[in-house]
Amino acid sequence: MAPPAKRARTLTFEERLARLEEIASELDAENVDLAKALSLFEEGIEHLRSAAAELASAEATVQRLVERADGTFGVADAE
Amino acid sequence: MNPSRRRGAPSESGSELELFPAAEPPASRVVEEPLPNYRGAASYPGETAEAAIAVSTLTETARDILEGAFIPVWVRGEVTDFKAHRNGHWYFALRDSRSQIRCVVWNRDQRRIPAPPDDGMLVAAFGRLTVYPARGEMQFTVVRIEAEGDGLRRKALEITRARLAADGLLAPERKRALPRFARVIAVVTSPDGAALHDIVAVIRRRRAQVRLVVVPAAVQGDSAPQELCYALDQINRWRGADLVIVSRGGGSREDMWAFNNERVARAVAACYAPTISAVGHEVDLSICDLVADHRAPTPSAAAETATLSKTELETELRRAGHRLRASIAAKFSADRDHLRHAARDLVSAGVRQTSMRRASLERVSGRLHALSPVATMARGYSVARGSDGRALTSLSQFTEDMPFDLVLRDGTVPAKAWPRPRSEPAP
Repeated sequence: MAPPAKRARTLTFEERLARLEEIASELDAENVDLAKALSLFEEGIEHLRSAAAELASAEATVQRLVERADGTFGVADAE
Repeated sequence: MNPSRRRGAPSESGSELELFPAAEPPASRVVEEPLPNYRGAASYPGETAEAAIAVSTLTETARDILEGAFIPVWVRGEVTDFKAHRNGHWYFALRDSRSQIRCVVWNRDQRRIPAPPDDGMLVAAFGRLTVYPARGEMQFTVVRIEAEGDGLRRKALEITRARLAADGLLAPERKRALPRFARVIAVVTSPDGAALHDIVAVIRRRRAQVRLVVVPAAVQGDSAPQELCYALDQINRWRGADLVIVSRGGGSREDMWAFNNERVARAVAACYAPTISAVGHEVDLSICDLVADHRAPTPSAAAETATLSKTELETELRRAGHRLRASIAAKFSADRDHLRHAARDLVSAGVRQTSMRRASLERVSGRLHALSPVATMARGYSVARGSDGRALTSLSQFTEDMPFDLVLRDGTVPAKAWPRPRSEPAP
């Protein structure tokens, strides 16, 4: 099971891949019991599914950095 | 001072100047000497001794006339007596084999000149001819200098490079790795330049999953260094990008000069996120390229380096999936092996157990057998058993006509107790 902090927000594609790598390594360890292995595997499958969904949906966007008068920043669509 | 004795002075043959030939000066005209008037009514200031004008009037008038007569021109010559004065201005003379002219570069004009020229350098200086009234000297006010053989720019690059190197900004160990999966890429470039167009085209083609955030800056001209620095400063304050690309398309050496600016280079070095410099084409190497974490030969190449294509991402994901499934499969097959071993152990343990039991059973049954009445009966004895199954072993257990069983070696015979003969004494 991932630490709660990781569960709390949506992981990036990169973080999901990293977590998958971690899970695979944990599974490779000698002393993982079967129940733990299954829950790790399920978590991994979930990451795979989410990452694939993310990959299918996202598009490149072009924006422009805008500095507001109060010194904060925003982005505006460039096109 | 005799200019012909100076280092690098052109010889009378002018062989050194042939590399950089001066235009022929106009032949001096012979003008008839006017005769001065001393007295009388003057029709213009300075016509008579009485109407003599002040020195300052002369020099200032000369200045006005010279400035009005000359549009700014490029002048070719050799630099001598160069001095960067404490007041921030540069002073030198330009000369050829016959003449020289005092020159000044005001502090405010120096940023347009790549580097201060060295004595002996053959240069073309662009400026305006004037008179310096305080000395009554002609002075050429220079605003641009280009050296023969690009000497000035090479010198500028060397100076900047040395200064950056002294601060460790060119050290290879400073180079940061680029993120493999940049999500937000800040692009410092002209919002309508070729570089941005190329970068966007590459990212679209690769269907890369990134947000490009353009941070506009002029990439050529006098304001470019300042705007580039400002854009990089904005990015540092915003902190929203994983990666920063500083870029412009190809152009002349002068157009790209802002990317050799020391302040711009330092701003690139100070960027919190990893940087890619992509200035001009393959052959153009800028100071920014040296300072950035990664140098891309073109803006398109920068976009390729900065992003993974959708296909590459899919491959990554597929690889992760394979790895996961292989790991779980290996895990299960390991467990299956354990189970198989355990079962085998159990069975063989069982087998051992059984054969041990059988042996002890045999031992016990042997002993039982030895104790069994059956064996005795086999030798010809028999046992009388009452209807309750108890063995009848004493006369007192019998009554007249009582039925009982006589158990023999190979079976049971029903029997009955006959009346006791009289002769026998009663117990």
